[in-house]
Amino acid sequence: MTPAVVITGMGAVTPLGVGVDALYERWSAGECAITEGLAQCSDFEPTDHMSRKDARRTDRFTHFALVAAGEALGGAWPDGPPYEPERIGCVIGTGIGGLGSLEHQQDVLREKGPRAVSPLAVPLLMGNAAAASVAMRNGLHGSSFGVMSACAAGAHAIGAAVRMIEAGEADAVVAGGAESAIAGVAVAAFAAMGATSPTGISRPFDARRDGFVMGEGAGMLILEDAERAAARGAEPLGEILGYAASSDAHHLTAPEPSGRDAARAIALALSNAGLEPGDLDYVNAHGTSTPLNDRSETEALKAALGEDAHRVPISSTKSAIGHLLGAAGAVEAVATIESLRHGVAPPTVGWEERDPELDLDYVPGEARPLEHRGNGNGNGRLTGLSNSFGFGGHNAVLCLSA
Amino acid sequence: MPAQATTESVEQVIIDGLTELGAEGEVARDSTFEQLDVDSLDLVELAQIIEDEFGVELQGEDVKDLTNVGQVIDLVVARSQ
Repeated sequence: MTPAVVITGMGAVTPLGVGVDALYERWSAGECAITEGLAQCSDFEPTDHMSRKDARRTDRFTHFALVAAGEALGGAWPDGPPYEPERIGCVIGTGIGGLGSLEHQQDVLREKGPRAVSPLAVPLLMGNAAAASVAMRNGLHGSSFGVMSACAAGAHAIGAAVRMIEAGEADAVVAGGAESAIAGVAVAAFAAMGATSPTGISRPFDARRDGFVMGEGAGMLILEDAERAAARGAEPLGEILGYAASSDAHHLTAPEPSGRDAARAIALALSNAGLEPGDLDYVNAHGTSTPLNDRSETEALKAALGEDAHRVPISSTKSAIGHLLGAAGAVEAVATIESLRHGVAPPTVGWEERDPELDLDYVPGEARPLEHRGNGNGNGRLTGLSNSFGFGGHNAVLCLSA
Repeated sequence: MPAQATTESVEQVIIDGLTELGAEGEVARDSTFEQLDVDSLDLVELAQIIEDEFGVELQGEDVKDLTNVGQVIDLVVARSQ
């Protein structure tokens, strides 16, 4: 089966630094960007990348999106877009949107009254702001919109972009996710619901895991119609072989314990790619470090992959950069492609103690070379899954190769 | 207490304000909004700064036909008398 959609550029801003290389190289070296229970992009200065005016008119999550999109576009199309602007879309997921801006303007409203509230407040905080700004800055005139499905938003955005290209609505789409929600209300609320780690440690699939660590950043991919990319002589970084999504319809925050619907999304993504579990070389897990997710995800992988669940290496990027919420699915798709390109499974950093119920291979310790299984396409490439599951029971799974 | 609105003080606040808002290039009395890349959203923010400093309320209607910095300065000085 020939993939319909290829990836020709990627960009990332993560707590490990600005750029895809910082993400992949530092994660695969086993580094962790978490300090004092948070994973922040501490060295990121928006005015290093854009004018003061552009920086003022966009929230931090949009800053991340603009910079990651700039890296992805520069890599894919160094001489500018090869397609009509009307044929290039932009789809960007976020979990929450411009929460820092909302909180700041709420303070202004309370302290100084309604006349002092900034006219920029809504365009700063709206969930579609990143998609709007990336389209505006880069002159993309195809369909552009935001996607909101909590921690699955980045993967849903990529999936929606794949379908746009398959349907012939666009030749290329800038797709990804962006998040900056390390602000008072979100930090307090995640703690109140017991979702974040009281010890401030992200150790997915470890017996001692006690919650996720909040992170921030963005991941962006340039997706192109495979035939058109080939016709212009592009050398893709990887392919999107399949995508599927499902819903638990179970609980506002807790995953369905058996992982039934997550398993269905995994199986559907594989069948969308025309692959069998035996073809998989790697799984980039959602792996949040919460007691519930890591258990139900393990169940889902076993249900969907059968015996192969025990064979395939599974690691979680969140062990290095925390949970980027609506950006996670996109950043992890980028990380998955880089892992496949290098033929390496980066480790689940900090995994030490086995939970008797979680008996898969979570790549403890160090990065490890991937064992090549052949992906059924006969093209000699490695194949992996990237799982994303969001509050609200949203499951989105990408099947990638490189 | 709002500040005393002299031509000099208004000019200073408006030029500093537009600079802070990220106007393109140096802001002078005869700079046009087009040159400075100042749009309607910037003008609303500028009006908030002016109200804060001098207690002069400017509505959208008041500024929609203005095209340069000097016109805003003159309007604020006139309104504060």
